[in-house]
Amino acid sequence: MKGLVAGPVPAFVLRRAGATVLLLLALSLLVFGLLYLAPGDVARNLLGTRNVTPEALAEIRARYHLDEPFLQQYWRWLTHAVTGDFGTSIRTGRPIGPLMLEKTGITAATAGLAFLLSVLVGIPAGIVTAVRRGRWLDRVLVTASVVGVSAPGFAIGLLLLYVFALGLGWFPIYGTGEGFLDGLWHLALPAIALALGLGAFVVKLTRAAVIRELDQDYVTFARGRGLSEAATLRVVLRNAAIPIVTSLGLMVAYLFGGTVLIEVTFALPGLGALMEESVLFKDVPVVQALTLAVALVVSVTAFLVDLSYLLIDPRVRARTVRR
Amino acid sequence: MTTPATASDRAVGRAPMLAVRDLRVTSASGAIVAGLDLTVAPGETVAIVGESGSGKSMTVKALTGLLPEGVRAAGRMELPGRASGHSLEIDLAAPGGAWREVRGSRVALLLQDPFTSLSPVHRCGEQIGWAISGPGRAERVARLLAEVGLPADVAGKYPFQLSGGMRQRVAIAAGLAADPDLLIADEPTTALDVTTQHEVLELIARLQCERDMGLILITHDLRLARSRADRVMVMYAGRLIEEGPIARVMDAPAHPYTARLAACDPPLTHRLPALPTIPGSVPRPWSVADECAFAARCAFAVDACRTAEPRLAEVSEGHRAACLRPETAASPVDGAAADGAAAPIRREVDAAPQDAAADGGQDAQAASGAPAASAPIGPEADAAPPGAAADGAASPPLLSVEGLAKRFPGSAVPALDGVDLEIAAGEAVAVVGESGSGKTTLARCVVGLERADDGRITFHGAATGARRVQIVFQDPYSALNPGLTVGTSLAEALRAAGRPKSEVGELLELVGLPAAYARRRPRALSGGERQRVAIARALAPRADLLVCDESVSALDVSVQAQVLNLLADLRRRLGLTLLFITHDLAVARQIADRVYVMHHGRVVETGPVDSVLGDPAHEYTQRLLASIPAADQAN
Repeated sequence: MKGLVAGPVPAFVLRRAGATVLLLLALSLLVFGLLYLAPGDVARNLLGTRNVTPEALAEIRARYHLDEPFLQQYWRWLTHAVTGDFGTSIRTGRPIGPLMLEKTGITAATAGLAFLLSVLVGIPAGIVTAVRRGRWLDRVLVTASVVGVSAPGFAIGLLLLYVFALGLGWFPIYGTGEGFLDGLWHLALPAIALALGLGAFVVKLTRAAVIRELDQDYVTFARGRGLSEAATLRVVLRNAAIPIVTSLGLMVAYLFGGTVLIEVTFALPGLGALMEESVLFKDVPVVQALTLAVALVVSVTAFLVDLSYLLIDPRVRARTVRR
Repeated sequence: MTTPATASDRAVGRAPMLAVRDLRVTSASGAIVAGLDLTVAPGETVAIVGESGSGKSMTVKALTGLLPEGVRAAGRMELPGRASGHSLEIDLAAPGGAWREVRGSRVALLLQDPFTSLSPVHRCGEQIGWAISGPGRAERVARLLAEVGLPADVAGKYPFQLSGGMRQRVAIAAGLAADPDLLIADEPTTALDVTTQHEVLELIARLQCERDMGLILITHDLRLARSRADRVMVMYAGRLIEEGPIARVMDAPAHPYTARLAACDPPLTHRLPALPTIPGSVPRPWSVADECAFAARCAFAVDACRTAEPRLAEVSEGHRAACLRPETAASPVDGAAADGAAAPIRREVDAAPQDAAADGGQDAQAASGAPAASAPIGPEADAAPPGAAADGAASPPLLSVEGLAKRFPGSAVPALDGVDLEIAAGEAVAVVGESGSGKTTLARCVVGLERADDGRITFHGAATGARRVQIVFQDPYSALNPGLTVGTSLAEALRAAGRPKSEVGELLELVGLPAAYARRRPRALSGGERQRVAIARALAPRADLLVCDESVSALDVSVQAQVLNLLADLRRRLGLTLLFITHDLAVARQIADRVYVMHHGRVVETGPVDSVLGDPAHEYTQRLLASIPAADQAN
């Protein structure tokens, strides 16, 4: 563990952090390019669905410095974006930074809740199915997870709304609620709808990883020298954690795709809903800001997953040290 | 050889610590082990010897309650308690439960491969400590490490930081952590280098002696059994066919299978014109009914052998065999006897084609055994200097390697450190060495699978041009695409060489397989048959040089002999040049004219195989030779 304090491991962390920053820069260039990639005149795109008058176009050109070279514009946009200033929304005329900030809470809460649910239910279910491979419980859970993986989140959301909110009246139909418990109550159905597909994915993934480890020689050897089943399973799980953690990182990207549809379905005023409205309204600056935010979250997660390898897998740690 | 003798003396007359009665193992297809009695006394070593498919591994799994899903055991196992423990009796058919009391403290299982039998993400000390309960765990771990001859700091290391031999020592320490009365070692040294093998076997023998443990040694290697065991049990197709004191069984085998198996083991001291083989292959245990399981392959079988399964009968005191004609089995030990044992092969081979036709599923060795067994290997077969090598002086050598160097990125030591090697056309050259010696890297550089950092590889004196070099790998199970039929794989190789695919049948017959095998997929073939297909594929481009990278190491002894005979036969018929990479000196002795000994990426000794193996000059070669089990006896 000495290596974690000084020496090659911090060097590795710095290198990976540098690579992440470079990746984000490249992405930001692409995101800024969106404005130009969209068909038609840039100034018209920036006007959105408002009336096109020569005065409005001239005003937009002046405000966005459209007469400057592309890279200079990009640099101006990027330096502002880094301080949280993404410009103003075309649709609402408000600054984008605070707009996003106020909507982040609800999305983070829904996504976080869904992530927790799918991990807390999915991983134990995956372990149980792997250990009882071929038995009825395994078959039931595996069949259910196939359904979960293949059913789209918004369809499940509608179904949940129909049964538990409209029919049984256990949950509210829309809104975000006030206070922690009320908020939780309001977010329960969206989170469950989002977590079902994700959880099913976690079950299949965990099952495959644990089964692969259970077939290894070291498991036979552990049993053969008298270790209890519980002790053997602990050894297996430590080994199976490596592929599971990697895939949990990938899930974060999936979560953001999922929230757009779920927020629209449940009429939650989050980032997903904002994204949907902005795309429909051609509110390009907002779309740019949101895309960059998602890219940031996804690449930071990937960075954290890479770092977690150092903790979980001593072989990776050793390879890092040797390099 | 002194340790087993004393162990034997101590074991004589002592009450058994393990007694198994009528062990049967059954899978969905049928019986895998058909009734076996087994006793082990404290301090005694019992070797269970058999080829793949003999049921020896399933026997071990049944004795530790570790049978895979869908496989069931029946029978009774008694473990009379030692001074401390109480007596245990286990119904092997009963599910779960009682094994908690058996595994660890009574019986511990040691596996073959130290690279996979330890968890890769846990420190060694931790893994050894798992089976220890109560306080003082750290001290116990330190004591166990000292007992297996490892420094204390190994406790803080991960398995990947240790060599194979050290890992196996850690595994032994882990197995002994709960102080078992009986250690079951399933091929404990097969995955290790020769010199390491010797050390690990010595360690196990010492620990057995110090702890007065019983030891069941599962092995395919009769030579190893002879040097380590007090008693031997020979298994064939799920049956115990012979058992008794090791010296008596080896010196005077009473079952023809035991005799033939011993004869298949290539001798280290001299080259045989043709290695004795056993035609055919091991039948599936459940397909044998009311007959001797070996009858179809036995030279001495009479009608009575095919109407009832022979029971184990006493041959001499403690020596029992399941054979109706125990007096017929030949003595396989010395060279003269081995030649004698080769005589019945010819008789058998005459009858063999009908067998092959009758049962297409059997190994087709019967068909190919004829040319290989009935004629000497080639003009250069016996000690006569190879004529091809003499020609080599006049014309440029077929392959010439000069100053080859290679270092893999991230590795501290070079894999190849200035290697020179020459092969004349028609010559067979062996490169021997242990893992890490660079022998495989050399082979891969020659074939072009790896690029050397420095040095020159020239064919026919030219650095460029078509290299008609082909390679046959070690593992025939992963070398063939499981999704393609044999015919498709071979047709692909023929097309790459610009030959018509109609030659597939010819190619198969060349390696001694029936042309009808073209329609089969690899999984329907035995290991030996797959290796023949791999050789056929390598021959498709009419290669001048065939590089064999440990091509017989993954095969059973009798199959290994068949493939070695085939290679010698191909050399004679096609004028093939061989570069044979092997860790097995006895194999090198049989196949090669000249030998290169590699150590740490350098060639430390080279010369004609007779002088290098007969009178080694380099200290490392001497050490290699000294590590081979029972090498002293063969001399």
